[in-house]
Amino acid sequence: MADSPADKLSQQPAPAPILGPGYSFASVTDKISAIVLIRRPPKWWILGFAGAFALVMLLLYSITYLFAVGVGIWGIQIPVAWGFAIINFVWWIGIGHAGTLISAILLLLRQQWRTSINRFAEAMTLFAVSCAGIFPVIHMGRPWLAYWLFPYPDTMKMWPNFRSPLVWDAFAVSTYATVSAMFWFIGLLPDLATLRDRAKNRAARIIYGFLAMGWRGSAVHWYRHETASLLLAGLATPLVLSVHTIVSFDFAYAIVPGWHATLFPPYFVAGAIYAGFAMVLTLSIPVRKIFGLQDFITMRHLDNMGKVLLATGLIVGYGYMMEAFSAYYSGNQYERFMILNRMGGPYAIIYWCLVACNIVTPQFLWSRKVRSKAGALFAIAMVVNVGMWLERFVIVVTSLHRDFMPSAWGMYYPTRWDITTFIGTIGLFLALLFLFIRFLPLISIFEMRALVSEEEKKVAD
Amino acid sequence: METEKKNGAQLDVDIATLRQAASERTTPRFWRSLDELAATPEFREHAENEFPHGANDITATLDRRELLKVMAASAAFAGLTGCTKLPEQRIVPYVRQPEQIIPGKPLFYATATTLAGVATGILVESHMARPTKVEGNPDHPASLGASDAFAQASVLGLYDPDRSQAEIHDGRIGSWPEFQNELSAALAAEKGSGGAGLRLLTPTITSPTLASQIRAFLKTFPSAKWHQYESVARDNVREGAKLAFGEYVNTVYLVDRAEVILSLDSDFLTSGPGCVRYSRDFSRKRRVESPESKMNRLYAVESTPTNTGAMADHRLKMRATEIESFARALAKELGLAAAAGPAFSSSVPPEWIPAVARDLKQHAGASLVVLGDHQPPIVHALVHSINQALGNFDKTVYITQPIEETPINQWQSIGELTADMRAGKVTTLFILGGNPAYDAPADLTLKELLPKVKFSARLGLYEDETSALCHWHIPQAHSLESWGDAKAYNGAITVSQPLIAPLYGGKSEIDFLAVLTGQAGEPSHDIVREFWKAQQTDVQAFDAHWEKTLRDGVMAGVALFAKQVSLKPGIGADAPAAAQQGLEIIFRPDPTIWDGRFANNGWLQELPKPLTKLTWDSVAMLSPKTAQRLGIKSEDAVELKYQGRTIVAPAWVMPGHADESVTVFLGYGRTRAGRVGTGVGFDAGWIRPYATPWIGTGLEIRKTGAKWALAATQTHNSMEGRDLVRVATLDEYRKNPQFAQVDAEKNPLSLYPEVKYEGYSWGMAIDLNACTGCGACVVACQAENNIAVVGKTEVMIGREMHWIRIDRYFEGDLDDPRTYHEPVVCMHCEDAPCEVVCPVVATVHSAEGLNEMIYNRCVGTRYCSNNCPYKVRRFNYRLYSDWETPSLFGMRNPNVTVRSRGVMEKCSYCVQRINAVKIEAEKQDRTVRDGEIVTACQQSCPSEAIVFGNINDPESAVSKLKKKNLNYSLLEELNTRPRTTYQARLRNPNPEIEKVAI
Repeated sequence: MADSPADKLSQQPAPAPILGPGYSFASVTDKISAIVLIRRPPKWWILGFAGAFALVMLLLYSITYLFAVGVGIWGIQIPVAWGFAIINFVWWIGIGHAGTLISAILLLLRQQWRTSINRFAEAMTLFAVSCAGIFPVIHMGRPWLAYWLFPYPDTMKMWPNFRSPLVWDAFAVSTYATVSAMFWFIGLLPDLATLRDRAKNRAARIIYGFLAMGWRGSAVHWYRHETASLLLAGLATPLVLSVHTIVSFDFAYAIVPGWHATLFPPYFVAGAIYAGFAMVLTLSIPVRKIFGLQDFITMRHLDNMGKVLLATGLIVGYGYMMEAFSAYYSGNQYERFMILNRMGGPYAIIYWCLVACNIVTPQFLWSRKVRSKAGALFAIAMVVNVGMWLERFVIVVTSLHRDFMPSAWGMYYPTRWDITTFIGTIGLFLALLFLFIRFLPLISIFEMRALVSEEEKKVAD
Repeated sequence: METEKKNGAQLDVDIATLRQAASERTTPRFWRSLDELAATPEFREHAENEFPHGANDITATLDRRELLKVMAASAAFAGLTGCTKLPEQRIVPYVRQPEQIIPGKPLFYATATTLAGVATGILVESHMARPTKVEGNPDHPASLGASDAFAQASVLGLYDPDRSQAEIHDGRIGSWPEFQNELSAALAAEKGSGGAGLRLLTPTITSPTLASQIRAFLKTFPSAKWHQYESVARDNVREGAKLAFGEYVNTVYLVDRAEVILSLDSDFLTSGPGCVRYSRDFSRKRRVESPESKMNRLYAVESTPTNTGAMADHRLKMRATEIESFARALAKELGLAAAAGPAFSSSVPPEWIPAVARDLKQHAGASLVVLGDHQPPIVHALVHSINQALGNFDKTVYITQPIEETPINQWQSIGELTADMRAGKVTTLFILGGNPAYDAPADLTLKELLPKVKFSARLGLYEDETSALCHWHIPQAHSLESWGDAKAYNGAITVSQPLIAPLYGGKSEIDFLAVLTGQAGEPSHDIVREFWKAQQTDVQAFDAHWEKTLRDGVMAGVALFAKQVSLKPGIGADAPAAAQQGLEIIFRPDPTIWDGRFANNGWLQELPKPLTKLTWDSVAMLSPKTAQRLGIKSEDAVELKYQGRTIVAPAWVMPGHADESVTVFLGYGRTRAGRVGTGVGFDAGWIRPYATPWIGTGLEIRKTGAKWALAATQTHNSMEGRDLVRVATLDEYRKNPQFAQVDAEKNPLSLYPEVKYEGYSWGMAIDLNACTGCGACVVACQAENNIAVVGKTEVMIGREMHWIRIDRYFEGDLDDPRTYHEPVVCMHCEDAPCEVVCPVVATVHSAEGLNEMIYNRCVGTRYCSNNCPYKVRRFNYRLYSDWETPSLFGMRNPNVTVRSRGVMEKCSYCVQRINAVKIEAEKQDRTVRDGEIVTACQQSCPSEAIVFGNINDPESAVSKLKKKNLNYSLLEELNTRPRTTYQARLRNPNPEIEKVAI
C-alpha cells in the first residue's frame, strides 16, 4: 500500500493510518451498524432533518408555483435566457462527481484509503445528481414535454435532434445517474445483509432482508459481487469524464463568446472533481466528528482529499488563465470584450470573488499544517463550494448578458423564486443525506473489515 | 324608454313583454339577462347598485390589478364577442369584389384614420367581417400604401375591452332613448334664448359632413357657440400663416422635389400631418443606386432630439427659444429685412448659418425650410418668408385653403369657453370626443367648472376623465365602426366606411349631431351620402362616383389646389423680444401615445419611443451637460416647478438634447384611461400653462432623492466599435464604393456541401439610409402576428415580445452624437446557430430558406435564443397572450397561432403571407411575381426601407439590392450567412461645414 504512487509524497514522515488501531472484525461491524440499528436518533438529527424537510417543502412549493405560472417567475429574460436553473444544474452535477471518482477510479487504482469515504461519497453523488436532475426539467418552458428529449417510439415518428448537446446531456446525465445508483446499491448489498442479520426489529429485518436480495455471503456471492463491482467501476470511470464533458458541450457547442472554447471539457471535469471533493470534505468532517468516526475517516483521508483539492484547484486556475489568454490571443473582438467584461463589467465583483474562492483560497493547502486541521479544511472546502457556484454563474450569466449586439445587452437579476428553488434543492440534498446516515451504514462495513484483516496481516508480518 | 315605462310596474317577466322589448330595440346591442331586457325594477336596482355603477367606484379605491379582474369579468359578463356583426348598410370592398365573403379569405376595405382631424387613407383587412389589420391605402396621397404606428394600432383601439359600453347618466347606466328625452328637454330650454347658454366643444374638424351638421345646428341656435380644442393644437402654425398671409392657410410640402431641406425644430418625417407621405418622399430622394447617384441633404436645428434630427446630415442642437434667432439670422443671411434676435447661448459654429444659407440659395426652388408646429407664430411667418425668398413656393411648398372646416385659434377658443363657464353663461354643453378634463391647461380649471354646467353630455370612446364630470356619457363608435369623412394633410377627402357594426353599440359624431339637428334616427351612412350627393352637380353620375369614392378610399376631383397668397412685407423686421433666461421647458406630444388618446392602447404603450427606447412612461428629458450641472441622473425622480405648479417626473439624460432645456411629453398620467393606461407616467399637462403651452423658460428642477424605474428596451447605446451600422459620407462612398464590405468572406469554408434552393428562396434587404426609426413596422408586425403585450415590469427585465425591433445607436460626442436606427428582424441565417442546438427540432430550415419556428414542438429550453447572435428570438416566459378577454379574440389574425406560455417565437418573414400568395400563384399555374409578397413591416414602412422577395430570382428587387456594394450582413464574420441584409447608411454633409479628409 505504501508503494502506491499517490502516497509517495507523504512517505517521509510515516503515513498516517487509514484505520485506527485496535479494531477487530466485530468491533468494526458493531461500531458502524450501531449508528443505524441501536442508537436512537439524536436530537440534532431530528432537528436537522426537520429543517431539511422544511426546505424540501419550500422546493415543492416553488416548483408548484413555477408549473402554475411559468419560468417567468425567475429572473431569466432575453438575452440571459439561462439563469439559476442551469447554474444550479451544473453545480450539482459537478458535486456529483466525487463519489463515482472515489469509488470507481480509486478502486481501479487500488487506493485503499478510499474505503471509508466511498460509501458516503457515492451517496452524496447520487443525491447531488438527483438535485441536478430536477433543473433541466423544470427550467423548460413546457416541462410536461421533457420526455421529447428522448428518442421514444412516437406515433409521429419524431426524434430528438441528435445534433443538440441538450440531447447528449439528457443521455449522459441519465446514464450517469443509473450507473451511479447501481454501483452504490451493489456496494451496499453485503452491508444490507449484515443489517438484516443484526436487526432486532421485525420490520427492519424484512426491509433490509428485501433490499439485501438474498445475500448469504457465500464465496460465489463474493466472487460475483467483486466482478460486478469491477465491471461497474470500469463502466463508471469513463462516465465520470464524459458527463461533465458533455455538460461542458452545452456551452462549448454554442457560438456565444465565453462559451465557445475547446478548453471547456477538461476544464469542466477538473472543476467537477474539485467541487466534488470539496463537498465530500464539507460533509465528512462534521460526520466523522459527530459519530466519532475519527478512526475510520482519519486525518490521512482528509490530508489526501486536501491534496486532490489543491491539484484540481490548480487545474481549474489554469483553466481560468487559459480562458483569458485564448480570448486575448484569438484577436477576436467579441472574445476580448467578453473577458474584459467579466473582469471589469457589471458582474466583475462575482468574477473576482470566484478568483478569490477558487484560486487564492486553495493555495493554503500547500501547507501540511493546514491540511492536518479538520476545521481549516472544512472552511476551505466551504469556500470552494461557493466559488464553484460562482464559476457557473460567471460562465452562464456574464457570457450571455453582453454578447454580439450591444442593443440587446441586458442585466440578469435572480428573483426570490430563483433563490427558493436553489435553497430547496440544498434542502433536498440534506434531507436525503440525513435519511441515508440514519438508515444505511454510512461507511462500508465489509470493506472496512477487509482493511482490518490487512492491518492484522501487516502486524503479523 | 318606452319599454321601461311599460314594464316598470310589472314585477314578473312574461315572455310576451320580452319579445316586445327585444323587437322594439332599434340598435343592435347585447343584453345581460332577460331581466334587463324587460327592465324590471329589480334589474335596474341590481344594475345600479351592484355591478356597472359599482365598477365605476371601484376605479377610485382598488388597485389596477383588482380593476383588471373586474373589467375582464365585466367584459365576459356582458357577453361581448368579436363575432361578425355586419354594418347595416352596404359597404364596398377595395378592388377585389367577390360576390360574397369566402371563409379564410380576407377582404380589404378603404377607409381612413384620423389624428387631430387629419386623415390618412387606410385599407383594412377584414376576416369574415372582422377587421384585423390596417394597411396604408396606396391610392391615398397621405399614405401611398404606408401607415404610421397610430393607424396600425387602431385595430386594438377598436377591440379595446375598456371602451365604454353603455350610456352613463350621472354615474349610472342610462340609455340612448332616455338621453334623447333629456336632450330634447335641455334643447327646448335653450330654444328661447337662441342657444345663448349652449356650447359645443369638438376636436379639430375636417369632416365636411360633420361641419355641415354643426352649421345647421348653429343656424337653429344662432347664439350657441362652437369651440374646437386639442391639446396638441396647431395654433402657432395657423397664427403664423395669418401673420405671413393675413389669413389661415394650409401648408403642404413637396419633399420629393427638395434637394436641400432645413428642418427647424421639426419632426416632419415622423409626426404631424402628412408625415407618412413626407417620409416616403424624403427617402426617395435619398436612395443611392450607385456612386454616381445624388442624394438630398437635410439640416436639422433642434432642441428635443427627433427622428428627423437623427436622419439629418448636419444636426445642430439649440434651445427651442433660440430657434427664432436662428431663423432671423438665416433670413438676414438670405437678404431679408429681419431684425437680429438675441445671441445664441450655445456656440453655433460660425460657418454654419452662412453655409446653410448658401446651400439653400444654390438650390433655390429646390430647397425647403420646415418648422416645428410648436414654434411661435412669428417664426412660422419668418419661415414662410424664407421659403418665399428661396423661390420655393409652388415648387417644394404650396399653400392651400385650410383643411379644417372652420379654422380657429383653439387655444383662444378653450379660453373663451372656460371664461364663459366661469361666468355661468354655459348651461348646456356638448363635448364630442377629445378629453378636455384631462388635457385642457390646468390653470383654466376646466375640471372644476365642468360639473357646474347644468346639462353636459359627452360622446367619448372611453368613459374617461371628461365623462366622469359630465351628466351624460354616450359611448362613441370607433372610426372603424362608423361612417364619416375627413380631409388629409393636402385636402384630399376620404369617406370612411365602417368595417363592423359598433361592437359596444356606440354612436358616431354624425349620429350624435343628427340628434342635435333633429335628424335623430337617420342612419349616418345616409347623412354622409346625402351631403355628398348635394355637392354633386351631376346627380346621374353620383352613384358611380360614390361607389368609386368608397372603393378607392379617396374622392376624385375635390383636392385642394394651390392657393395664390401674398406675403405681407416686413416680417420679422420688428426687434424681437429679449433673450429668455433660465432653464427652458418644452412641451411635446408623446411619440407613441400622442396627447394621451392612445394611453389605453397596449401596442402603443409598449412601442419603444424612437429615440429613448422607453416604454410605458414619459420622461423629463435633458442634456448630459445640464444633467451634470444639476447632478441629475437618468431615472432620478425630479420635481419640476413651472409657473407655480409642480410635478414629479423621472429624468432622462438624452444625448443630443439642447443644453439648459428640458422636454416633457404630454399624454401620460391619465387617471381614467382604462386597465392599460390608468396611472401610467406623470401628467406633464399639470404644469403646462395656458399662456405658454409649448415653450417657456423659468423652469425649476429639483432632485427628490427618489428613483423612478423606467422600462427601456435598449439600455446600451454604443456600438462598442462593432460595425453593426456601416456609415460613410457620399464622398467617401464615391471614393471607395466597397466601404461597406468590411471583412466580407463571401464563400466561407464549410465541411458541408452548399444547400441548393430550387424554386423560391426568400430574403430581405433593409435600407438604413431610408429608415427613420418611426416604429410603424413594430406595431404592424405586432398586429399581423398576434404578438402579445407584456407590460412595464416585464419590459424592464427584457422580456418584450416584438419580432422586429429598431436598434438605436449613438456615435461620437455624448453632447451631440450621431444617431442611427437599425431595424432588426430574424436574419433567417443560412447556417442558423439556433437550429442545431434545439434538442427537439422545433426550429428548422424550410425548403425555401426560412428559419421556421414550430410552436407545437417547442419545449422551451431557450438554447436557441442563447445561441442567436442577433437576439431576435422572444420567449413566452409567462402566458403573455390574452386568452381570456373575449373582445380581443376578434382582433387576432386567424392565420397566425396565438402562442401559449413556454414557447419561443420570432420573426417568420410573415410566412402566412408568403403561403397565401404562393397558393394563389399555384392556382393560376404561375410563379410568384416579384413584389407580390409583402411582409407586414415592409407594407407599413413609410420610407420603403424594407424590401422582401425571392433571392433566387436575379431580377427581383431584393436580389438587385443585395448585389449592390452597399449591401452587408450583420455580424457576417460569424458565418451565419443571414438572409436579411442591410444597405449601408450614407450621409451627405456639406463640405463647407464638415471638412473631411479621406
